Amino acid sequence: MEMELWLEQIINGLTVGGVYALIALGYTMVYGILLMINFAHGEIFMIGAYAGYFMLTTLLATAAGQFSRAFALLLAIVSAMIASSVLAILLERVVYRPLRNAPRLAALISAIGASIFLQNMVLLLAGPRMKIYPDVFPSGSIDLGYISISYIRAFIIILSIFLMIVLYIFVQKTKTGKCMRAVAEDMEAASLMGIDVDRIIVTTFFLGAVMAGAAGVMVGIYYTQINHMMGFIPGIKAFTAAVLGGIGNIPGAMLGGFFIGVAETIGAQILPAEYKDVIAFSILVLLLIFRPTGLLGEVITRRS
Amino acid sequence: MKSFTGLVFQKGIFDLFKKLHPSVKAFITISFFIILPFFVGPYWSHVLGYIALYALLGIGLNIVVGFAGLLDLGYVAFFAVGAYTYAMLASPHFGYHFSFWMLIPLCLALGAITGVLIGISVLRMRGDYLAIVTLGFGEIIRILINNMDKLTNGPKGIWQIDPPEIFSHKLIRPIEYYYLILIFCIVSFFIMNRLSNSRIGRAWIAMREDEEAAQAMGVDILKYKLLAFGTGAAFAGVGGIIFAARQGSIFPADFTLMVSINVLLIVILGGMGSITGIILGSFILVGLPEVLRALRDYRLLIFGALLIIVMIFRPEGFIKARRRKLSIKT
Repeated sequence: MEMELWLEQIINGLTVGGVYALIALGYTMVYGILLMINFAHGEIFMIGAYAGYFMLTTLLATAAGQFSRAFALLLAIVSAMIASSVLAILLERVVYRPLRNAPRLAALISAIGASIFLQNMVLLLAGPRMKIYPDVFPSGSIDLGYISISYIRAFIIILSIFLMIVLYIFVQKTKTGKCMRAVAEDMEAASLMGIDVDRIIVTTFFLGAVMAGAAGVMVGIYYTQINHMMGFIPGIKAFTAAVLGGIGNIPGAMLGGFFIGVAETIGAQILPAEYKDVIAFSILVLLLIFRPTGLLGEVITRRS
Repeated sequence: MKSFTGLVFQKGIFDLFKKLHPSVKAFITISFFIILPFFVGPYWSHVLGYIALYALLGIGLNIVVGFAGLLDLGYVAFFAVGAYTYAMLASPHFGYHFSFWMLIPLCLALGAITGVLIGISVLRMRGDYLAIVTLGFGEIIRILINNMDKLTNGPKGIWQIDPPEIFSHKLIRPIEYYYLILIFCIVSFFIMNRLSNSRIGRAWIAMREDEEAAQAMGVDILKYKLLAFGTGAAFAGVGGIIFAARQGSIFPADFTLMVSINVLLIVILGGMGSITGIILGSFILVGLPEVLRALRDYRLLIFGALLIIVMIFRPEGFIKARRRKLSIKT
C-alpha cells in the first residue's frame, strides 16, 4: 500500500485513539484509587454524548444565527462534561460507596446493574433510534504537504491531547492532585495524614467523567450517530488501553489509548474490516497473558 | 388479612419441608416440577422450558463462579460452541443429520475443551481482570461466528435444525422439551450436589476463599482452576445443544453478553452455591419478565436497579449457600 494511505490510517487511528485515551483515563484513575473497574464508565461516556447532542440540537434549532457553530460546540462539550460528572458523582454515592467494603464481586455486579440501568434509562427517555449529530464542522482539511488532515480529526486530536495535558498538570501540580496520588498510594495512611478520602474519591470520579463526557461529544461529531449502547465497545477498548499502559498509570492510559486506536485502524486495513473489534479484544487477551503489568509497569495479577 | 394467613400457612409448610430427609425433599421437589406443566398450560410450559434451560446453565456457571470463585463473564462462548456444533452437524446447512443423543457427548466435550483452553490463557488472572478477559473471549467468539460465513452462515444463522428423536418420535411440543431439560437439570443438580461436598468441591471452595492458603495446604491451583473451567463449560455445551434443538434455528445474535450476564445473575441473585438459589434465580430472571410483560420496556431498567439494591442489601444473594459444618467431636 502507498505511504499516504498508511499515514492517513495512522491519523484516523490517532483520532479514535484520542477518544479511547480520554475514556481510559477514567478507568485508570478510579482503578488506581479503589482497585475496582468502574463498569459503568462506558455509560458515563454515553450520557456525555447524549447531553452534547441535546445541547447542540436545541442551540442550533432555537437560536440559529445567534450562536456561531463553534460556540454551540463549546457549550455542547461543557454540558456533556457537566452531565457526565453529575452522573459519575451520583453513581459513586449510590452504587459504589455503600459497597466499598463489600466483597469485590458485589461491587462488580452492582456496577453491571448500573450499566444496564443507564442504558435502558436512555433507551426509554430518548428512544431506540440512532440520534444523528448535527453537522457542526466545516468539511475542509488542513494540507500538510504529504497528507491532509480533516478539520474534525485535527480538532479531536488536539482537544484530546489538550485535555490530557490539563489533567496531567492537575494531578501533578495541584494540592488536590497530590492528595489523589497519596490516596492511590495508601488510602489509610492518606486518611491519617488528614486527607478527606471520600472527597478525593469523588474528585477522581469527577475528573474521569469530565474526560469521558468530552469524549462522548467527540464520538458524536466524528461518527455522527449515537445510541444507548454506544458505551459498551469503546468502554472495553478504553479499558484495554488502560491495562496496556499499566492500570493506575495516567500517562500509560494516554499512550495505550493512542496505541489501541492506531492498532485497530491499521489492523482493519490488513484484516477484513469486520474483525476490527476482535483486534482490541485480542490485544487485551494477549497482553494480560504475556505482559500483565502493562507497557509502563504496575503489577496487577498478584494482589488480593 | 387473607394474604397474611396465607403466608403463615406457607411458612408452616416450608418449615415442615425443611425438617424432611434430603432424599424425601428431592423427591417432593422433583414431583412438583414434573406435575407443574399440567397446571399452567402450553404457553407456560414453554416458559418453564426456558427457566429450566437457564437453571442448567446456572448450575454450570455456579461451579466456576460459586465454587471456584472465578468470575467468568464469557460463559456464553461455551453455550455458543455447543449450539453451533449441533446446528452444523444436524441441519441441512452441511447436510449432516447426526442424532441428538450422539452429539451430546461431543458438545459436552467441545464445551469442556473450549473451557480448558480459555482457562489456560487466564490462569494467572484474578477478579476483575478475569472478568474482562473472559468477556473479551465471549465477544470474540460471537464476532467470529458472525463473520465466518462459510462455517456458520454468518448473521443469517442456521435453520431447520433437527429436533431430538426418541424411538423415531420427534420432540417438538414445549412440554416434551421441558421434560427433556428437566431430566438434564436433575442429573446436573445431582452432580453439583455430589461435587460440592467432594474433595474437588472442597478444594475449589478453599481456592475461592484464599488462593495462597489453599496452595499452601496442597491444593493444586492450576489443576483445580482448569477443572472448574472445564466442568462449568461442559454444562454450557450441553445447554447449547438443547437450545439449538429447541429453537430450530440459531443466530449469532442469540449469543450476546446478555446471556452471560443473565446466567451470572441467576447464580448470584439466588445465592452462590445453593440449589434452591439457582432454581429461584432462574424463576426470577426468566420467569419474572414473562409475568411483567406489561412492563416490558421497563423490565431491564427495573432489573438494573434491582441488581444494585440486592448487592447493597444482600451481597450474598437471597439464599445463602450452607456449607456442611464440620466439627471435631470431643
